[in-house]
Amino acid sequence: MEYFIDVVLLGLLMITGFAIVRMKSLLAVAMLTSIYSLLSASLFMVLDAVDVALTEAAIGAGISTILMLATIALTGDEEQAPRHKPLLPLIVVFTTGAALIYGTLDMPHYGDPAAPVHRHVAPTYLQDTPEKIGVPNVVTSVLASYRGYDTLGEVTVIFTAGAGVLALLGYRSRRRNIQGREIKRLVVLRVIAKLFFPLILLFALYVLFHGDYGPGGGFQAGVIFATGFILYALAFGLGNAQRLIPHQLLRIMAAVGVLIYAAVGIESMLLGGKFLEYRVLADDPVTGQHLGIMLIELGIGITVAAVVLIILFCYVSRRD
Amino acid sequence: MMAPVLDVLSWVCLLGGAFFLLVGAIGILRFPDFYTRLHAVSVCDTMGAGLVLIGLMLQGGLSLVTVKLLLMFYFMLFTGPTAVHALAEAALQGKLKPVVDEHEP
Repeated sequence: MEYFIDVVLLGLLMITGFAIVRMKSLLAVAMLTSIYSLLSASLFMVLDAVDVALTEAAIGAGISTILMLATIALTGDEEQAPRHKPLLPLIVVFTTGAALIYGTLDMPHYGDPAAPVHRHVAPTYLQDTPEKIGVPNVVTSVLASYRGYDTLGEVTVIFTAGAGVLALLGYRSRRRNIQGREIKRLVVLRVIAKLFFPLILLFALYVLFHGDYGPGGGFQAGVIFATGFILYALAFGLGNAQRLIPHQLLRIMAAVGVLIYAAVGIESMLLGGKFLEYRVLADDPVTGQHLGIMLIELGIGITVAAVVLIILFCYVSRRD
Repeated sequence: MMAPVLDVLSWVCLLGGAFFLLVGAIGILRFPDFYTRLHAVSVCDTMGAGLVLIGLMLQGGLSLVTVKLLLMFYFMLFTGPTAVHALAEAALQGKLKPVVDEHEP
């Protein structure tokens, strides 16, 4: 049965890929990439990689699509005719593809228990997580504790991306607010958006603080949190959304998240441990791990949410 | 005593949901213009997904899974029609004319 689902999903992925290449309307391509991400998320779900599936669904199918649509709104939605013959790119693509397929010949078979990836550090992580970290979700323990340095790097990359977009595109503040009689238009959308706005934020907090026990964590939670504000901006306009969460605050939040993360590392150094060694944070090592993971997930969530909103608002505010 | 009844009920819901999803998909392909296609999409969203979720809830019994499915059901119940409504509104504002059969007496 699982085999059948795999074949169907992979087949749909291939069809979507070809459709993306063939389409001329960029709007349709943006929607198709969203479908592609959703299919990948389902595939990850079948593979039991729930955290990755949640991330792919939230970021790939959600935020990336909105960013692409925002870009298309700035640039126009027709693909330009290519200026050169497709022969050279085709040769490059085929050679690269052939090389990649040749490269996979050396790789161990799918699901092979003797594959290096299953023998190197993975068994240690799986065995030690319950007693040393005490977090049921091993993905979170690897991401936040064992590989805490990497994740700090990732959060810094996200922060840098936000700063880069801000430096390149700049930001124009809009003063126009929708109020009075104008707010009575689009009433269905606005009422529902208002109804769901707090629920989305609540769900984001659930995903953030439940990351130790189930799928989720800072990255997904940050994106979901941002989605709440994006829904608000879509329904009520950018001016109102900016009144709700001012741009200055977003800039500060983007930095605060990274700083919280780094501060946890420095705090553990001050308490006599190594950088990001959470077990010194409390009397009991397991409690310390819990505390450290929760704090850095909070930091990740704040930065991700702020950066996503900064990028989107920068894009949208250019359209006048 | 109750278990077989619930099982049958849940399968009726699941198959009904699958039927409505299929009908909606055929509608999207076959209907002539944007507005009628939206109508087909809304069938997928409300009846199709709703019945499938109800069927899964009956399979889940009284558990946390059912509560989560109930929340999803509630969410779908609101977001599906709203999304379709917003799409239709946007199409109307974009001056998209519905296809009208002019040979009608």
